[in-house]
Amino acid sequence: MIDLSYTPEHRALRSEAREWLAKNVPSDPLPSMDTAEGFAAHRVWEAKLNEGRWGMVNWPEEYGGRGANLIEWLIFEEEYWRAGSPGRVNQNGIFLLGPTLMEYGTAEQKARFLPRMASGEEIWAQGWSEPNAGSDMAAIRASARIDGDHFVLNGQKTWASRAAFADWLFGMFRTDPDSERHRGLTFILVPLDLDGITVRPISQLDGETGFAEIFFDEVRVPIENQLGERDKGWSVAMATAGFERGLMLRSPARFQATAARLVELYRRHADEADPSLRDAVARAWMGAEAYCLNTYQTASRLMQGGSIGAEASLNKIFWSELDLSMHETALAILESRAELLPHASAAGDVGGWLDGVLFSLAGPIYAGTNEIQRNVIAERVLGLPRA
Amino acid sequence: MQFTFTEDQNLFRDSLRPLLEKHCTPESIRALWDDERGRSTERWAALASSGLLGVLVPESHGGLGMNELDLVLPLEETGRVALPEPVVETAAVAAPLLAECGNEELAGRWLPAIASGEAVVTVAGHINPAVADAGDADLVLIERAGEIAAVERAALKTERQPTSDPSRRLYTFEITGDATTVASGDEAQAMMQRAADRAALAIAAQQLGITARLIELAVDYAKDRHQFGKPIGSFQAIKHHLANVAVKLEFARPMVYRAAHSIATDSPNRTIDVSQAKAMADEAACAAAKTALQVHGAIGYTWEVDLHLWMKRAWALESSWGSRLYHRRRVADAVLRERGGPSFGFEAVGTTQA
Repeated sequence: MIDLSYTPEHRALRSEAREWLAKNVPSDPLPSMDTAEGFAAHRVWEAKLNEGRWGMVNWPEEYGGRGANLIEWLIFEEEYWRAGSPGRVNQNGIFLLGPTLMEYGTAEQKARFLPRMASGEEIWAQGWSEPNAGSDMAAIRASARIDGDHFVLNGQKTWASRAAFADWLFGMFRTDPDSERHRGLTFILVPLDLDGITVRPISQLDGETGFAEIFFDEVRVPIENQLGERDKGWSVAMATAGFERGLMLRSPARFQATAARLVELYRRHADEADPSLRDAVARAWMGAEAYCLNTYQTASRLMQGGSIGAEASLNKIFWSELDLSMHETALAILESRAELLPHASAAGDVGGWLDGVLFSLAGPIYAGTNEIQRNVIAERVLGLPRA
Repeated sequence: MQFTFTEDQNLFRDSLRPLLEKHCTPESIRALWDDERGRSTERWAALASSGLLGVLVPESHGGLGMNELDLVLPLEETGRVALPEPVVETAAVAAPLLAECGNEELAGRWLPAIASGEAVVTVAGHINPAVADAGDADLVLIERAGEIAAVERAALKTERQPTSDPSRRLYTFEITGDATTVASGDEAQAMMQRAADRAALAIAAQQLGITARLIELAVDYAKDRHQFGKPIGSFQAIKHHLANVAVKLEFARPMVYRAAHSIATDSPNRTIDVSQAKAMADEAACAAAKTALQVHGAIGYTWEVDLHLWMKRAWALESSWGSRLYHRRRVADAVLRERGGPSFGFEAVGTTQA
């Protein structure tokens, strides 16, 4: 049934989160997590969150969570973004690998990795893309040879977010040298401080070293670091991709917070802003609202035992394009000040909008480009034939 | 907090689909295009027997006594088959207006007739210059000069206004006889606002069904039609066009369902929720219409192919009871009016971050 009201327990959780966040969210924004200094500051914040048991509220208590359901998690997220809290530096760990570990990990792996993930002690990077395996992820060539009780890794990964500072990497490696495409791949968990690993930071559009390429030269990783079955890594990775495209990585509240800031910005500039921007602001508001409603609907379905499949691709297109268009609207409102960096003396209320534009421009590219998502929708949701 | 339909609500939808597919085929729709009345008595009777016309009629007046959440999925189905008859006006707008008007005589006379399919009742809001089915309705509820009046067919002179969708029947009218005042003053205004909200919601629901059907038609055609030795649906250009429409539909849907909930629970955000639903459903339907035509190519541009049944309906409904621009303007007005406007989602996420 459709009952869009919160229970007293929901309200209690909301006020507890609101109170804790009001007390603990740093009053000044942390430096960018794509710098060494900012990365360290965000790690401290993760530890603080974990102390309050807010690191991953929907995880079981034994892994540092509160055993909350998805609706409760959404409520926490609403409060989190409403409070202007820092971004989650361990998002690849907590939102992508975490849920994948719960589904495919052994009991030992869960106990070993999840608590340290929730606390920010171990921050994860994703090692999927290679120079010649981007949208075509099945073209992965980095290899893992078996040698006794170890994998021996060779090859190169790239575009790994925050790998310049991260502690661990989850990656896809070809374990069957005779295999092709999506067969013969294995999902392996790799500490980034091993001998034979070279991490080379890459400066991104904003000049910061947000991502990195990683070279593997005869790197020995214990065999127990395999996640899921040998040579069947593709299906494990697809589960992770589902979380990445869907509601875990991008909960609606962050877009609602952006839309709310956009409304404030427009109100401040209503007198001089171009009248056509009113409609753009209304569209932004509606988009954030629609994404929220869709997510509550999906959460309800999942709580009744449903699952997410290719529909996650619908989500990914929607939030990435919404995010970009909201930021573009903000720049349009700022008009000729839009190119000023926030510390320019004439910047006024330019704030983080330009940074936000640069960040949101990555959205249609990462987690599988939107062109790939459209193929997935066409073939697996609509049933059109493969090329 | 739960955002899924009940099993009964889904079952009602499922049982309605074959009935509509049987009684509302493209052939049967085309057969009435040149008919002045343009309406099927037999189809209307089938709708009545399904219970659809009486969903919002109180049980005391022979209806099912349900609410908009029970009606929204069935309305979607009526869009899916491009139903020509005025189910929006009669079942979704006139019935609840009569049920809440406080005139027992009027309600007692017309509500049982709506539920049984004996009467067609339409509603004339000032937002629409011409009124759907006014020339064929037994009763028209009219918004005029600060009041709502009920006028029977004999007391109306109507003039048909030709429309692009040959199934639509729009009329301008003059009142030439007796009019009963249903409500006046603030009460009339509030009642008419609720009626307009219900109409926009009902149309938004139909637009969802129209969008879904247009996607199906285009997908079927793209699988079947071969060029360069392959089905055209295997080309990315076609895939991406259709995927874009699927995204619009996916995110319009929960907006429409939430608006149904807001009307059913008389939420203070009702009007803005409805506007968001209508704007997004119109957007999806119009994108689906344009895309389905492009996917079909020249054959879709012909009178013979049924595609235009849904295309023209999407355009017609977009302009009815407020276009998407009108509704987005209302959203902008509400959101930008003052601090602390309507809240996001179901509870304020807050609008104070600088």
